[in-house]
Amino acid sequence: MNKIAFKKIYTKINQITKATCTLKADNVGYEELAIVGGRLAQVVKIVGDEITLQVFSGTEGISTNAEVMFLGRPPSLRIGPDLEGRFLNAYGDPIDDGPELSGEEIEIGGPSVNPVRREQPSQLISTGIAGIDLNNTLVTGQKIPFFADPDQPFNQIMALLALRADADKIILGGMGLSNDDYLFYKNTFQNAGSLDRIIAFVNTTEDPPVERLMVPDMSLAAAEHYASTHKEKVLVLLTDMTLYADALSIVSNRMDQIPSKDSMPGSLYSDLAKIYEKAVQFPDGGSITIIAVTTLSGGDITHAIPDNTGYITEGQLFLRRDTEVGKVLIDPFRSLSRMKQLVIGDQTREDHPQIMNTSIRLYADAVNARTKQENGFDLTEYDERTLRFSKEYKEKLLAVDVNLTVDEMLDEGWKLLSEHFSKSEVGIREELTEKYWPAEK
Amino acid sequence: MTRGTVSGIIANLVIVDVRDPVIQNEICMIHHPESSLMAEVIKVGDNKAYVQVFESTRGLKTGTAVDFTGSMLEVTLGPGILSRNYDGLQNDLDAMDGVFLRRGDYTRPLDPEKKWDFVPLKQKGEKVIAGDWLGEVKENLIAHKIMVPFTLEGSWEIEQISGEGSYTVNDTMATIVSEAGEKREVTMVQKWPVKRPLKSFRHKPRPSKILETGIRAIDTMNPITEGGTGFIPGPFGCGKTVLQHAISRQAEADIVIVAACGERANEVVEIFKEFPELEDVRTGAKLIERTTIIANTSNMPVAAREASVYTAMTLAEYYRNMGLKVLLLADSTSRWAQALREMSNRMEELPGPDAFPMDLPAIISNFYARAGYVELPNGAHGSITFIGTVSPAGGNLKEPVTESTKKAARCFYALSQDRADSKRYPAIDPLDSYSKYMEYEELRESLKEVVSENWTDMVEQARDIVLKGKEVMEQINILGDDGVPIEHHVLFWKSEVIDFIILQQDAFDEIDRMTPLKRQEYMLRMVLGIMETEFRFTRFEEVAAFFREMINLMKQMNYSAFESDQFREYEKQLDTIINQRTVTA
Repeated sequence: MNKIAFKKIYTKINQITKATCTLKADNVGYEELAIVGGRLAQVVKIVGDEITLQVFSGTEGISTNAEVMFLGRPPSLRIGPDLEGRFLNAYGDPIDDGPELSGEEIEIGGPSVNPVRREQPSQLISTGIAGIDLNNTLVTGQKIPFFADPDQPFNQIMALLALRADADKIILGGMGLSNDDYLFYKNTFQNAGSLDRIIAFVNTTEDPPVERLMVPDMSLAAAEHYASTHKEKVLVLLTDMTLYADALSIVSNRMDQIPSKDSMPGSLYSDLAKIYEKAVQFPDGGSITIIAVTTLSGGDITHAIPDNTGYITEGQLFLRRDTEVGKVLIDPFRSLSRMKQLVIGDQTREDHPQIMNTSIRLYADAVNARTKQENGFDLTEYDERTLRFSKEYKEKLLAVDVNLTVDEMLDEGWKLLSEHFSKSEVGIREELTEKYWPAEK
Repeated sequence: MTRGTVSGIIANLVIVDVRDPVIQNEICMIHHPESSLMAEVIKVGDNKAYVQVFESTRGLKTGTAVDFTGSMLEVTLGPGILSRNYDGLQNDLDAMDGVFLRRGDYTRPLDPEKKWDFVPLKQKGEKVIAGDWLGEVKENLIAHKIMVPFTLEGSWEIEQISGEGSYTVNDTMATIVSEAGEKREVTMVQKWPVKRPLKSFRHKPRPSKILETGIRAIDTMNPITEGGTGFIPGPFGCGKTVLQHAISRQAEADIVIVAACGERANEVVEIFKEFPELEDVRTGAKLIERTTIIANTSNMPVAAREASVYTAMTLAEYYRNMGLKVLLLADSTSRWAQALREMSNRMEELPGPDAFPMDLPAIISNFYARAGYVELPNGAHGSITFIGTVSPAGGNLKEPVTESTKKAARCFYALSQDRADSKRYPAIDPLDSYSKYMEYEELRESLKEVVSENWTDMVEQARDIVLKGKEVMEQINILGDDGVPIEHHVLFWKSEVIDFIILQQDAFDEIDRMTPLKRQEYMLRMVLGIMETEFRFTRFEEVAAFFREMINLMKQMNYSAFESDQFREYEKQLDTIINQRTVTA
């Protein structure tokens, strides 16, 4: 990095840990950036004239007489017309052999939206996937993660969602992305011809983990710019937030903070909330929708990372591989979209809520029947019908490879219900069954 | 005034060098060049004050000047609080400019221009004490009392009091003189430190009246009282917030204060947008007229999150002192506890369980103790009913916040993951949940009056059926459908009737969402009548089919307007199918 004129240079570092270094300096602002031996760092603690800096790329090889220079500004991103279609690193510098960015510098991690100035999210995002559109409908301005085990194809599904969703800008924040997955995203967007509406901030597994901490703020600062200033519909993809949280715990550990549950910092909830709450519907049409990935270890959602995430986000989507139909499903039990109530039966057909609930209830009956069967009990005729229903329900609706309109999903739902059950068994409001129950063949 | 300078910054904990006297919990202003930032003293030692800043400290430098205000964190009390949207420090969010919050943007909680029609309730020469009603103004639907400042001690005499007329909040409404001859001018506005309970009441009797919420799983099974306390713990996705919103919309209270504490902004937006539209079925007025919202969403500064619950409680106490029924809801108290943990951690205090501060149980229990039913010095009654949600980490109820709250709150509404997974909403577990108030003789007596003579017995009976059903289901799961007598299936399905018809309720259905007590009584009586009927079955397969049909009809009843033709029609159909199955002697 080039030296900047008129800045005082310090050359005496008193203490170095794996991620931080401490030195004496004056007139330094909190959260200000600094350069330590050519590496970017940020002020994380000031006590008297002792300044502690977090060095993003780690402190290996830093000498106690390394040159330290304070930049007098918090982390920022250069935003201009040449940002579109670019792949950048965690600092917002290009990694795609394109030209340097131009335009104004905007502060990242800025203030939050006044809650009374928010608009209620109200526009449905259709994805064609029934496990989402039918059971867990997404809405602009929503924030929702996929909870998935590392071996599940969440990156493929995210890319698919991004391309199908009708968004003006797609911003990818990749944290600890493997180089292969990075190339997968890049190629997928390129092949779809959508590169001009993509901006990606990528930290791969080859980069230092602490650098990841900048990625969500960078992505969301860019998103805020397009959503607020240009009134665009922005979709932000963050993958993988578990690796982000791991980086947080590394830093808090280096700063001798007392860990809380699962060795995570006590501030994990606030740290994650600061990111996810950037999802917003602005009154003048712009919006930021966040779809994230939180990888689980062995499906454990009680771990501090998915647990805190679940309390912050507006629902979660669970991916599960089903052995009966041999496909990846959106699990109807654990998945939830809290915003769906704002659109279903309103922007979609009136029968949507009841079809959704009834199918899931009957699917639950099927799960009970399966347990009975596995325990060696005889099944009733009803049980057998629920099992047949659930197999078709999974194949035709829950599998992530379906691509239907919402009306087609609802029609399929009525078809499945009427093929396997009687009207009194489904218990749907009579006005609706009269209107939609398929005629006897 | 005491002055100091910043000497250290660790996130929102700032260390201030100060030589003059400092008060614990005193408010100070840090004069950051961009805007002054408000902070609260949380620890003092060695000529240093440790202050928590209610804003982001980005860019703050050592050497910055700090002014100590001499007062603790206070709220401003007076007419015009209702229908407002405040942040955790009682700044009026609607009065702020721009879409984004600007740090250091502090706005006035009350409108200084607005005129209020004052009617005096006391006369010149009368003796008054702190909290006495000098007069009243009409604020939305309520008679907002103008009270003698709560901070005054002893007896005071009214030297002058304004007559009927229009005044602004800062006009002098009365002049009072103490026995020692000290004179005080009283306006419509007063201040009170949020962390100190406002205690100008005579005593706190045991709560005895049910606070109707229109939610069957609460009113019928585990009622909460006027002046009662309750909490709702549950893993995410179990419907905590939907339940709290339903309570805030439907509860039979004069004033509802919602403290959105560290939760999702979109949920608060839902209240902002819906309450001005929705009608309070009891008064016909819009819900917003009786509601005040304190919003400290999860992305707003952490230190203000702690303040927000106290701000909300103090506002509730103020309205209680006017003889009103106040309902206070806090979502979620766990976020408040986490804010305490973050601070305690930064101050390097020795941690208690799960790194929470050691005094967490005491803090929670003191807070819940501020709720209650009170008798005021003039004989009127007021109440604060407090319901907090708890977000237990990992859904495990054995964590410090849940455990501490369980000791403090009297009603426990346990949300169950299993019920939520099978979409049985509200997911309140009928067996784990309890209301200690059901043991109160006072409440049982009053239920006899407001519901019916044998109501509490009916509720017990319903609970027994649910319990029995659960036991039988376990047996069926072990022995198989044909391994148990048919009667077991009947017992199980009877408990399903209670579950589907009484416990489950559709919060998004216009009619079903709110069930008045009278209707709750009607349905429970009908369902229990069915329970006592003996049915004839030859094979166990018939049981489920028959009960499903009954449940379907009763659900249609729940969806129909009470006692409408449609409602009666379904009831008739129900009678018909019941008669076909009944054992005739």
